Amino acid sequence: MKPAPFEYVRPDSVAQACEMLAADEDARIIAGGQTLVPMLAMRLARAAKLIDIYRLPELNGIRVESDVLVIGATTRQVQVERSALAAQSTPLLAKALPWVGHPPTRNRGTVGGSVANADPSAEIPLVAVTLGAEIEITNPDGVTSMPADDFFIGPMLTSVMPGDCVTAVRFPIWRHARVGTAFHEVSARKSDFAFVAAAAQVALDDDGKCIAAALGIGGVGDRAVRLDLAKLLGETAGTAKLKDVVAEAATVLEPSSDLHVSATYRTRVAVTLGVRALEDAMTDARSSATQSNRGITQ
Amino acid sequence: MKVTLKVNGRVCSADVEPRKTLLDAIREDLALVGSHAGCEHGVCGACTVLLEGEPVRSCLMFAVQADGYEITTIEGLAPAPGELSVVQDAFCETHGLQCGYCTSGMILTGHALLQRTPEPTREEIVEAISGNICRCTGYGQIVEAIEFAGERLRKANAPRGSKGVDANQPHVDLSAETDAPQEGVLKAAQADTPHGGRP
Repeated sequence: MKPAPFEYVRPDSVAQACEMLAADEDARIIAGGQTLVPMLAMRLARAAKLIDIYRLPELNGIRVESDVLVIGATTRQVQVERSALAAQSTPLLAKALPWVGHPPTRNRGTVGGSVANADPSAEIPLVAVTLGAEIEITNPDGVTSMPADDFFIGPMLTSVMPGDCVTAVRFPIWRHARVGTAFHEVSARKSDFAFVAAAAQVALDDDGKCIAAALGIGGVGDRAVRLDLAKLLGETAGTAKLKDVVAEAATVLEPSSDLHVSATYRTRVAVTLGVRALEDAMTDARSSATQSNRGITQ
Repeated sequence: MKVTLKVNGRVCSADVEPRKTLLDAIREDLALVGSHAGCEHGVCGACTVLLEGEPVRSCLMFAVQADGYEITTIEGLAPAPGELSVVQDAFCETHGLQCGYCTSGMILTGHALLQRTPEPTREEIVEAISGNICRCTGYGQIVEAIEFAGERLRKANAPRGSKGVDANQPHVDLSAETDAPQEGVLKAAQADTPHGGRP
């Protein structure tokens, strides 16, 4: 037994979990536990009480509410990976999921857990920031939500207050006719922590001009960052243009050096992967258009 | 804290501290020591068990969290005492193990993959076992073992003979003698040759 002793409780509802959380400042939520358990084992984290929300049925599920894909906090990552609904409505999330941990950790790890953990190199927070997802938070006062951009503050640091429990993540669905996505990552080994990850989603009009574009970079600084691509709108951007726009937008990144790679390397890879992801997303958008045309003629 | 663990079809009760991992409970309280304690913080995969049929790391779960779920450990795969499951046997045939420390995790992961994906590509196998670390044999023969096990399972499940099944006839298809796929089915003498005598 490696962790320090703690009390374990399994509440019957989210409301009860929030009450327990608010009543004890040393209490923590546990769901899949794929990060918390090793942190407890290495005694990098400590809790007097673990509140297990994993089995609360109200928190598990994937559904579409008008233009939003709502994923309950304790929905396992593998459920999203295998969900046709998720692949269809937020293909970027579906492309990012195979990069999250390993298959056995995705079997237990949850979407809400990954978001609440806020690892700067994590893929689900990166997609949340890229697409401008809303994080739903429940506390004893009720349910609120905040944009992913405000939610993530720094490494393992979020805006949740004592008594707050992340209960869902709401990913916007792009309804444009031609949407393309791409996800790229560089790490030491497949499924290890990303040195740099890039997530891109674009929408093109009938002439191939860009009508919406989002590019997020993860692993580079304290948190995932969405780059400003306003200069791409209305353009049929070629590689040279993409390089210029991404290189300029990437100046907002605040890369850090570590044991593995330098800050300079991170910046260079961020630009390269960002351009590659946008190019691939545009190719994907064009082919999705031909597919839907084919569908109409048949 | 009282927990009920359903391990390999048996229902066992144990009184554990909340901080006791599922791995420790399986090894110490249930005396099933086939699940190995490697890193004990979720990196190596030696402790892999199947939770409701899906591979998970038993060191990344507390026993209290596993209360009531169906758990399968390496001890639960063989059809009978003294026998091996198809996947276990394939690991022997292809020399998919050396020291054996990672093997129970590798076999359970491979087993779960073949349940979901009967004909996995090499990439799918590599992805499935990407969370399991082997420090001696290397991954080549482990991947080969899972490929081989998949092949055997597919052949075992395929109807023998080319004429299909007639429910009114005795359940012996004489044509199976000549036209059943023979490759991959080992003769006793082949078992001692490298790769089961396959090229």
